[in-house]
Amino acid sequence: MDLYEYQARDVFEKHGVPVLPGIVATTPAEAKAAAEQLGGGTVVVKAQVKTGGRGKAGGVKLAHSPSEAEAAAQAILGMDIKGHTVHRVMIAAGAKIAQEFYFSVLLDRAERRYLAMCSYEGGMEIEELAVERPEALAKVAIDPLEGIDKAKALEIVAEASFPEALRNKVADVIVRLWHVYKNEDATLVEVNPLVLTEDGEVIALDGKVTLDENAEFRHEDHAALEDKAAADPLEAKAKHMNLNYVKLDGSVGIIGNGAGLVMSTLDVVAYAGEQFGGVKPANFLDIGGGASAEVMANGLDVILHDPQVKSVFVNVFGGITSCVAVADGIVGALETLGDEASKPLVVRLDGNAVEEGRAILARANHPLVTIVETMDGAAAKAAELAAS
Amino acid sequence: MAIFLTKDSKVIVQGMTGSEGMKHTQRMLASGTQIVGGVNPRKAGTEVEFPGDVTVPVFGSVAEAMAATGADVSVLFVPPPFTKAAVIEAVDAGMPLAVIITEGVPVADTAEFFAYAQSKGTRLIGPNCPGLITPGQSNVGITPASITGPGKIGLVSKSGTLTYQMLFELRDIGFSTAVGIGGDPIVGTTHIDCLEAFENDPETAAIVMIGEIGGDAEERAAAYIKEHVTKPVVGYVAGFEAPEGKTMGHAGAIVSGSAGTAQAKKEALEAAGVKVGKTPSETAQLMREILS
Repeated sequence: MDLYEYQARDVFEKHGVPVLPGIVATTPAEAKAAAEQLGGGTVVVKAQVKTGGRGKAGGVKLAHSPSEAEAAAQAILGMDIKGHTVHRVMIAAGAKIAQEFYFSVLLDRAERRYLAMCSYEGGMEIEELAVERPEALAKVAIDPLEGIDKAKALEIVAEASFPEALRNKVADVIVRLWHVYKNEDATLVEVNPLVLTEDGEVIALDGKVTLDENAEFRHEDHAALEDKAAADPLEAKAKHMNLNYVKLDGSVGIIGNGAGLVMSTLDVVAYAGEQFGGVKPANFLDIGGGASAEVMANGLDVILHDPQVKSVFVNVFGGITSCVAVADGIVGALETLGDEASKPLVVRLDGNAVEEGRAILARANHPLVTIVETMDGAAAKAAELAAS
Repeated sequence: MAIFLTKDSKVIVQGMTGSEGMKHTQRMLASGTQIVGGVNPRKAGTEVEFPGDVTVPVFGSVAEAMAATGADVSVLFVPPPFTKAAVIEAVDAGMPLAVIITEGVPVADTAEFFAYAQSKGTRLIGPNCPGLITPGQSNVGITPASITGPGKIGLVSKSGTLTYQMLFELRDIGFSTAVGIGGDPIVGTTHIDCLEAFENDPETAAIVMIGEIGGDAEERAAAYIKEHVTKPVVGYVAGFEAPEGKTMGHAGAIVSGSAGTAQAKKEALEAAGVKVGKTPSETAQLMREILS
């Protein structure tokens, strides 16, 4: 789960990372009040969106008075930045910046440990820096069992060629950022820029934090950070039903078991859809191992309520679950849904007890259901139905 | 001969007395796996009866179980909050191979227990994986043994159901060993580890490698194949239609930026001489052509 900047700011503050005062606002009036609360002087009004490039898009404005902050918020709220609508702004105290740096710590999947990245040259996109001047970006491997203590942090800033006089101060902040990473179960903590103010303070000016959803069981407070309003309504409904669902743009609804098989199903449908004018999958939905009638009904319920869906492809490989249970699930789901089930279903079953499973569907003889034996053939049929 | 797992492997189950552990221990026993014990400190000294007149003793610790039975594989059905401690217990006992089926382990825990296992010499498979099967000999994890048979194809995959699909499609030719390495961002055994083992296994004639979006494991595997693998490899990559920045069930299956796309993986594999199928069935067909 990616956090908004203001959420990252709060998490930083909780772990003693120096940040500037910041107040989140959802209306221009709130923005004005926030600017007043921050002393009535110069503030920065920043769009809160989970994407980069908001500065270039006009989502960050300097305001010299509370009424300027109000006007800036008026301009920014509702703005579209790379497909993300701005619902909130953060009013942040202004800072006199002397220098900008970069720091991040993240998961290094390939090396199966963590990686700290640090640069004395901030103020530009880090991807650009990494390509154009790789020598300016220090990369230091972090042992998961050892983490970042003061000595490691000093090694990082030395590697990034910070001048002696700054090293101690920046290293202290890096240790605290490690505490954010470790204690909040983050998979990314990035500060860009990390700044030195004219008063000689090191401050995390903008932060990006990604939290590990698998670790929510030991962070009761993380659930509150989730942005339920921003989620697609069908995704929210599916999540409420504990279904693993992602909305896509196409017209073939997909239900399958197992993340890999469902991902593969999306590809096979798009591949088959090329013959039918570019038909694409409408969603990702993994019902997991035990496809009970209830889970199947919930899945069909979500998919059939997607107005973009023209046909549905149920693709199940009976591994542990026998195809008998899956077929019973489909028949039961169609009974439960009754008239709400109104779009053609193409069903492909394979694996454990496949003959018996297909026989159950054949006996039920539901007018909306077509059984196709192979995954590729079923994908073509579902694409054809969606195109017709 | 197979890789990592043979008919002689002696397997203990950590978390055997839980509902998932019980269900899958019964299934593993039915497919011929030598299950020699379970571990549960609160039920140490008891025995669990399984259908077919099989009783499996329960030990108080992995170390006790190993001392009493000579176990050399542990399979873990331990809930996420307790997985790290259970893996560390297996590593400390000197277990050569630990297979972690559990889904939903925090990645920081995996990073820690992987680093620890590596320092002590325990091979880990998983987490969030179906385990591994050497058909006709032993089955450790949740793979349905009845869908396939023994043979000369080696298989390595991030995905459970795509593994099953491939095991089923090529069941007549059969498999030496199939390893489900798991879909998490950090896994104990990689594609490369399995490719190396299959290359060195005289009973494996050809290899199927199944990958998916996210990370660069497939690209690295492609580079490894080019340098070190002489046996024919066919590949399949899932996730061409996956949108950027969205997680698709497997925590690792997320594309951020340009790296890790299915297209990049397919191209890397093809550049290494791997034939890549557009669908699982086409991939199976490519393997048939190679072995015919």
